[in-house]
Amino acid sequence: MRATEPSEKTVRYTAAFFDNEHDLMAIAAEARLRGFEIQDVFSPYPIHGMDRAVGLERSRLGWIAFAAGALGLISAILLQVWTSAYDWPLNVGGKPFNSFPLFVPVMFELTVLFSGLISIGVLFMMNRLWIFSKKKIFEGVTDDQFVLVLKQADASFDTEKAARLFKKYGALKVMEGDKFV
Amino acid sequence: MAAVFKDIEFHNAEEEIRLQNEIDSVTAHQVYSPLREPLIDESKHCGDVTADICGLVERSPGKGWWILFGISLFLLVLGALAAINTVTFGIGTWGLNKTIGWAFGITNFVFWIGIGHAGTFISAILYLFGQKWRTSINRSAEAMTLIAVMCAGVFPILHMGRPWLFYWIMPYPNTRGSLWVNFRSPLLWDFFAISTYFTISLVFWYLGLVPDLATARDRATSKWRRILYTVLSLGWNGSNRTWSRYETVYGVLAALATPLVLSVHSIVSFDFATSLVPGWHSTIFPPYFVAGAVFSGFAMVTTLLIPVRKVMHLEGYITIQHLDNMCKITLLTGSIVGLSYLTELFIGFYSGNPNEIFVILNRMGGPYAWAYWIMFSCNAIFPQLFWFKAFRTKIPLILGLCILVNVGMWFERFVIIVTSLHRDYLPSSWAIFIPTLTDLGLLVGSFGLFFTAFLLFLRLFPVISMNEVKGVLHYARD
Repeated sequence: MRATEPSEKTVRYTAAFFDNEHDLMAIAAEARLRGFEIQDVFSPYPIHGMDRAVGLERSRLGWIAFAAGALGLISAILLQVWTSAYDWPLNVGGKPFNSFPLFVPVMFELTVLFSGLISIGVLFMMNRLWIFSKKKIFEGVTDDQFVLVLKQADASFDTEKAARLFKKYGALKVMEGDKFV
Repeated sequence: MAAVFKDIEFHNAEEEIRLQNEIDSVTAHQVYSPLREPLIDESKHCGDVTADICGLVERSPGKGWWILFGISLFLLVLGALAAINTVTFGIGTWGLNKTIGWAFGITNFVFWIGIGHAGTFISAILYLFGQKWRTSINRSAEAMTLIAVMCAGVFPILHMGRPWLFYWIMPYPNTRGSLWVNFRSPLLWDFFAISTYFTISLVFWYLGLVPDLATARDRATSKWRRILYTVLSLGWNGSNRTWSRYETVYGVLAALATPLVLSVHSIVSFDFATSLVPGWHSTIFPPYFVAGAVFSGFAMVTTLLIPVRKVMHLEGYITIQHLDNMCKITLLTGSIVGLSYLTELFIGFYSGNPNEIFVILNRMGGPYAWAYWIMFSCNAIFPQLFWFKAFRTKIPLILGLCILVNVGMWFERFVIIVTSLHRDYLPSSWAIFIPTLTDLGLLVGSFGLFFTAFLLFLRLFPVISMNEVKGVLHYARD
C-alpha cells in the first residue's frame, strides 16, 4: 500500500502529535500494516527508515541527477570541440585544434554543474517548494513535534481504531481537519 | 505479545505476532558501541536546540560583535581603497616587475581558495563517510567556504586590469568572430572550476539551510523577519516525502562535491604545473595542493569556531571532541604537506636537473629563505605537536597552532610563486619582489571582506544546522 501524493485538495484527515521519532516510526508502521492510509508524516529532521515504515518507494532522483550529469558532459564536449576545432580553429602553441585531453577539466566541471543544479531544481519542483508556497504547516513540526497524518479517504475509516492506536503510542494531541493541500 | 494488542483487535494471535515482528524490524534502533560518546551535551533536546540556535539570531548583537564588525569593516574599506587605486591607475600600482609577473594577487587567490576547501570537506566528504560529528560545524564551515571563494575571486578579476570586462572569459557568441575562449588554458579551467565550485557550494549550503529557515520562520515575531524567512524557506513543512527526496539530493550533491573539491585545487595547481618554470613544473602539485588546501582550511575553521563557540555559548554543541577531531584532520593533512615538501626536495636533487637543484637551494638559502623556513616550520613541524593530546584539547594551544598554520600556508603559496620566478634562467633579469601599499591593502582588505561577511552570516542565519543536530541528539545516548 503506497502512500499517495498529497494532491487532493479536500480530504478529511486526522493528525496525531508525538514527541519523539521512535513512537512516530512505530505508529506509522503499525497504522500502515493495519490498513490505514497514511497521508504523510512530519518531523523536524529526516528520520532514517521512515520511508520503509510508511511504505514510500525509493526516490528516482538519483537517476535524474545521472541523466543531468550526462547532459552536462555531452554539452561540454560539443561546446569545446565545436568552438575549438570547427567554428574558429585557433593555433595555440602548435597544439591540435581538437586537443581532447585538455578538454577534460571543463567536461568534468560542467558534468558536476548540470547534475547539481538540475537535481536541486527537480527537487524543488517535485516538492513544490517555492517562495509563494502555501503549504499546511503543523505547529511545532519545525521545532520538536512529530506528526502522523492519516487520511480519512472514505467511510471505512475507523475513528475508534485510530484513537486506540494513538493512545497506545502516547499521542500528545490529536486534531482533525479537512482541506489538506 | 499478542495479548497486549487484544483490544486493538484483528484477525488472530498468529497474525498479530507477525505484524508486531514487522513493526519491530522496521523500527529497530541503531545500536552504538559503548566506546562511543554522545556528540552533543546530554541535557539538550530538540526544543533546546531550536531555542539555543534561533535565540542567537533573534537577540540583538552584543558589544563584542559590533567591535569586531567595526574592525572588519575598516579593513574592508582599506581593501576597497586599494582596489580603487588598482583599477584607476592599473596593475603598475602592484609591486610586480618584468621578472616577477605574479606575486601577491595569485598568492592571495590560491590561499583563499584553499581555505574554502575545508567547508566542502566537512559538508561532503565527512557526510559520505558517515561522520556524524560534522553536523555541529558544517553550516559555519560551508559559509566560510562561500565567503573564502568570494575573497579569492576578487584577485584574478582585479589582475585582469579591466575588471569590468571579466565576462570575456566566458564562452559566449560575440561580435568578434565569434572568437572563442582558449579551452586549452589552465586559467580558463580555473574559471570553470571556481564558478562551478561556488555555485554547487552555494546550492548545497542553501539546501541545508531551508529546513532551518523554516524553523526561524515559525518562531519569527517581527514582521520583516517573518517575511524574510518565509520567502527563503520556500514553504518547507517537514513532510517525510520532502525529507526523503531532500536526503537523496543531499547525497547526490555530496557525491558531486567530493570530486569537485579535489578538482578545484588540482586545477589551480595546473596554473603552475603545466608551465615549464623550475619549481612549478611538477606532477606532485595536484595532490600536494589539495592536501594543503584542506590543511589550511581546517586550521581556518578551527580559528573561527574557537571564538564563536566561546562568545555565542555553543560549548554544548561544538565540544572539545569536535576540536580534537578537527585537529586530527589538520595533523593528517599537515603530514601529507610535510611529506610533499620532502618529496619535492628529493625529486629536485634526484632529477639531476641543474635548474631544479638551483631553485631548491635558492629557496632554502636565497633572499627568500626566511619565507621558506616560516613555511616549513609552520606547516611541516609545528602541526606535528597535534600528536599530543594536550595540543588537541587545550583551547589556547589549538588556537595558537592553527594561526601558525594559517600564516604558514599563506607563505607556502608566496614561496612557490615568488621564489620560482625571481631568479630565472637569465641572471641579468634577477629581481626582488617588494609589495606596495596597494598589495598590502588588498591582502588586508580580503581579510576584512572575509570577517565582515562571516560576522553578517552569524547574525542572519542559524549558525549550527539545527535539523542535522536534532537528528544526532540520540547518538550513543539511549
